[in-house]
Amino acid sequence: MYEKITAENPYEVPMRIYPAVHYTMGGLWVDYELMSNIKGLFVLGEANFSDHGANRLGASALMQGLADGYFVIPYTIGNYLADEIKNPLVPSNHEAFDEAERKVSDRIDQLMSIKGSRPVESFHKSLGRIMWNKCGMARNAQGLQEAIKEVRELKEEFWKDVRIPGEINEMNPELDKAQRVADFIELGELMCIDALHRNESAGGHFRDEYQTPDGEALRRDDEFMYVAAWEYISEHQWQLHKEELRYEEVKPTQRSYK
Amino acid sequence: MEHYTMHLTLKVWRQKNADSKGRFETYEVKDISSEMSFLEMFDVLNERLIREGKEPIAFDHDCREGICGTCSMYINGRPHGPWHATTTCQLHMRAFRNGDTIVVEPWRAKAFPVIKDLIVNRNAFDRIIQAGGYISVNTGNAVDGNAIPIKKENADKAFAAAACIGCGACVAACKNSSALLFVSAKVAHLALLPQGEPERKTRVVSMIEQMDKEGFGSCTFTQACEAVCPKEISITNISRLKKEYLRAGLESDR
Repeated sequence: MYEKITAENPYEVPMRIYPAVHYTMGGLWVDYELMSNIKGLFVLGEANFSDHGANRLGASALMQGLADGYFVIPYTIGNYLADEIKNPLVPSNHEAFDEAERKVSDRIDQLMSIKGSRPVESFHKSLGRIMWNKCGMARNAQGLQEAIKEVRELKEEFWKDVRIPGEINEMNPELDKAQRVADFIELGELMCIDALHRNESAGGHFRDEYQTPDGEALRRDDEFMYVAAWEYISEHQWQLHKEELRYEEVKPTQRSYK
Repeated sequence: MEHYTMHLTLKVWRQKNADSKGRFETYEVKDISSEMSFLEMFDVLNERLIREGKEPIAFDHDCREGICGTCSMYINGRPHGPWHATTTCQLHMRAFRNGDTIVVEPWRAKAFPVIKDLIVNRNAFDRIIQAGGYISVNTGNAVDGNAIPIKKENADKAFAAAACIGCGACVAACKNSSALLFVSAKVAHLALLPQGEPERKTRVVSMIEQMDKEGFGSCTFTQACEAVCPKEISITNISRLKKEYLRAGLESDR
């Protein structure tokens, strides 16, 4: 695969290695039954925040998919449904369905009615550039504050100037992509807020301000030994819920690659 | 590798939907880098088309790592283009020279109707998998890795067959639009392993039945499928499928 991409044979020429975004850590909050804070909505694999979010090492996404799918969900879904079995089916003409449908179609109508000048792809690239430069492998408070401002400006521009060709009721990959990029912009803002809030370095989060004299990540367990779960409140507003981490058997130590 | 840029002429199949008639449209693209992937070249063209107020070219893509089997384009008369054992997303523009004309079409097969431009509907493959491409054994608790010894030869063959990503290049390349290489890879993969044993007699029959129902053609063993397969699925899998089919016919309880 490397040779197809670079046209260089890694057996003959040293491999060129550079960092790139592969995954986003974290995911939706779930309880130990893998149910989210919406009753009956279960989240499996790398979409949830648990093991994969806590530990982004090779193959942990696959492992979590297998563990959740094989060992957890077959029992917890049954457990949930056991209490529901006496309840009749909720008909799809229930007002909640209508409201959900209205919300989605309103958002689609809004996106299509913008008829601006910039393609979705260009917004995606702009967002990527902000995140890469200021919320990348090493971040600092100043950069993150700038990034939050820039992402908010980008969001405003997106909802004013995005151009989505085609129609609603046909195969429309641009409309599909626009919905995703709209979500990415929101997630990007939250990632910056979270990174700014966490005044320490840990795992994939390295803050320039918090490093040991020889450049290793400096954790501050007394203040930040918790999982941060952010709840959406309203535009630009999220509420932090802390989930304490207790290590009873294994004691966390400083990680060092030396 | 020397880097260069090129100007290209693209002839791309445009079709609004399954009911309308398609046609080739010609596009000139400039300053295309030899380091770009084929899909990135389309991204550049699409961004330009959108800015010009035109409809971008719809094409299927997902992982862009050569493992999901989503990208599907007939490039200069060959599924996935000129490079051997390479999906469209892994094809890079250094495969072409300045001034080249590149013709791009969707997969063409009765069982793969065009949805839009270069996107075809490959649900027929999903229905073939639903007909038999699964195992019924309960996963239960994890079993020791080596509890059931499997011959190295079988493990290797099953693994090679399991490399099929279901892209449909075999169907697109076949003059009969036969799906036999795809079906044979799935059948061989499961027939070679102990997990596939419970459905061994019914799987192959059900999958072939579904394949015929979907309107794929018959196999006349031209071997075009093997030549264009991005995952190098061997036609020896077809021989194995035939053996399995015969065996099922002789032993089946149905």
